[in-house]
Amino acid sequence: MGLEYVRISPGFEKYMPKDYVDLVQYGQFGKEIDVQQLGQFKELVEEHPMCAGCFMAYFIRVFYAALPKPEDTIVIGTAGCARLSLSQAAVPFIYGNYGDTNAVASGLKRALSIRFPDKEKDVVVIAGDGGLIDIGFGMTMHSWFRREKFTTIMVDNEVYGNTGGQESGMSPKGVQLKMAPKGKQFDKINAVELAKTAGCVYVAKLSPTNPKRIAKTVRRAILAARHFGPTFIHAYTSCNIEYSIPTEKVLEDARKREKQDFGFYEWMTEEVKEFFEEIERKPEEVKA
Amino acid sequence: MPEQRVVDADYLLLEAPRERKFITGAQAMAEAVKRANVDVAIAYPITPQSEVMHLVGDIWAQGYIKDYYRAEEEYGAMSAIAGAVRGGARAFSATSGPGLLRGLEAIASWPGHRIPAVLGVLTRVVNAPLSIQPDNVEISYLLNCGMVVLHAENQQDVFDFTLASFIISEMVDVYIPIAVCTEGFFVTHAKGYVNMTPEDMKLPPRDPYKAPVPPTDCEIPPARIQRDAPVQKSNFMSYLIHAVWQQEIWASNIRAMKYIYKYLGGPIEVINPDAEVFVVASGCAAAQGREAVRYAQLEGLNVGLVKVKSIRPFPEKEIRQVLSKAKAIIVPEHNIVGWLAKEVKAAIPNSDSVIGGPRVYGGMTLPVELIMEKIYQALGIKKEKKVVV
Repeated sequence: MGLEYVRISPGFEKYMPKDYVDLVQYGQFGKEIDVQQLGQFKELVEEHPMCAGCFMAYFIRVFYAALPKPEDTIVIGTAGCARLSLSQAAVPFIYGNYGDTNAVASGLKRALSIRFPDKEKDVVVIAGDGGLIDIGFGMTMHSWFRREKFTTIMVDNEVYGNTGGQESGMSPKGVQLKMAPKGKQFDKINAVELAKTAGCVYVAKLSPTNPKRIAKTVRRAILAARHFGPTFIHAYTSCNIEYSIPTEKVLEDARKREKQDFGFYEWMTEEVKEFFEEIERKPEEVKA
Repeated sequence: MPEQRVVDADYLLLEAPRERKFITGAQAMAEAVKRANVDVAIAYPITPQSEVMHLVGDIWAQGYIKDYYRAEEEYGAMSAIAGAVRGGARAFSATSGPGLLRGLEAIASWPGHRIPAVLGVLTRVVNAPLSIQPDNVEISYLLNCGMVVLHAENQQDVFDFTLASFIISEMVDVYIPIAVCTEGFFVTHAKGYVNMTPEDMKLPPRDPYKAPVPPTDCEIPPARIQRDAPVQKSNFMSYLIHAVWQQEIWASNIRAMKYIYKYLGGPIEVINPDAEVFVVASGCAAAQGREAVRYAQLEGLNVGLVKVKSIRPFPEKEIRQVLSKAKAIIVPEHNIVGWLAKEVKAAIPNSDSVIGGPRVYGGMTLPVELIMEKIYQALGIKKEKKVVV
């Protein structure tokens, strides 16, 4: 169905909310768009209540613009900053309970595979460091061990932002935050290596400095999950509030971290590599 | 496996021929799942374990279920059930004691997420100290989350309640999960006679589009579904949305009652409605209550039984009516808190006529003699402790 279900039933155009009509007319459903056209088409994300200068909000905008098939995508989130904008997008969004994203996604993806064996339905988890690596750690890892076919994206702001700035397992060692009044006592958890060890077929790490690269990475992660197995993107999405980064300096900070510990990194299995070589050689077959 | 054909739900539940088998409670639950056209079953081997979820695994291996896996733990299992049901599948899991409590955050959110699913609850002690014995205190944790809660007395009930629950929970005016509870060991590990529908007949598949809340599958308008906490709208919206939603869940719970009448013969069973003393009980305590009523009748005492099958929705009206002339009401239970006695007391005007007990807990059996003592006490009979069989 996909595209069919987002279209407005004839005769209802003038009764539908304007933003929805715009989405259908000027949005990205069923079209090929380039993320560099951001601002020139009606985006999937509606107004969102995230803080000024939030780099996570920027990353999420680019993520939605990069979806290969938004009309057949379901996003799953959990408590935290990310869901404040995920829930404002024109893509079905599920918020279950705390840290349950990868278990919910497992059940959902399996149900969709049973009901629609011949259709591509993309399930994408976007959650923070707390949701995926602290409270949801077991479910995150086990969804990878089980080779569940969906994408997990960690928007890592290195802090519990939505609850007011507490230490997370992904906070850098030594940093002083709420619940870590003497500074964090242990190292930042190496999520990328965990993902590789746990069986992800495509793993990437990035700092969101280059929208084209973000888009390519997101698309690759989703396409690889469709055909091969679990995929993971670890994105640095700074919290300018808790880490006191001036609004005009967030991009500078992202570049700084890219040089330090978030340099672009991409790893995939041989099988996935061959798949991309095949499909990316013929760009007309791949939706941009 | 035999080739199964879909038959009408009413026919399967109410009219189909039945064959008598001598099986355990765990087998009875799995046999019901076999006939329920289940898409996805997700298991976790919690201690204390009943056989239910690995028997269900065997059924999957035989081809009766489309997908099955052993989850990482109960919270993961129950969350994945929510995901599968949202994706439009019919789903089943079962757990017990500590497993139920571990999964409770997810389970308690199922009604609010409008997840029609069936959960087997094979009751065991809630720690501490560590024990694996039958005790049904865990049912009290389920009473206030909005789900329908049924309590099975024996293997036959387990089969009937489980099979009917798939249909009841998916009714458009219900659409909330159902817990089918029964005592671990006493029912799950013991054999009893069960009249079962034919193995080659199954329920119609779930139709996820016959729903008050559509599935999340990118197939059905409205396209912008979000089943999300309403916290970011505004405080006033948030209070209002949540309040209305809660009211709807509890209204759905009450609406399940008519289907409990239709498919399970009503929420209560009454023996000797003109009795002056009643035993009111559910689950295994009802089996012992039944036996106590038989003893009492042998002794010429006017004692009746009210077996409560449905704990949520609680049959207040029915119980009030049956007990309106009762001189004394004895509520035997397999737990220390006496959750059923509290429910009964709250439902009737003469709550001081309720004798909260006998209660056994920690997994003890409930000898009929304990109930008889309360009956004698209620009737003012002084007796040497002697039982007529």
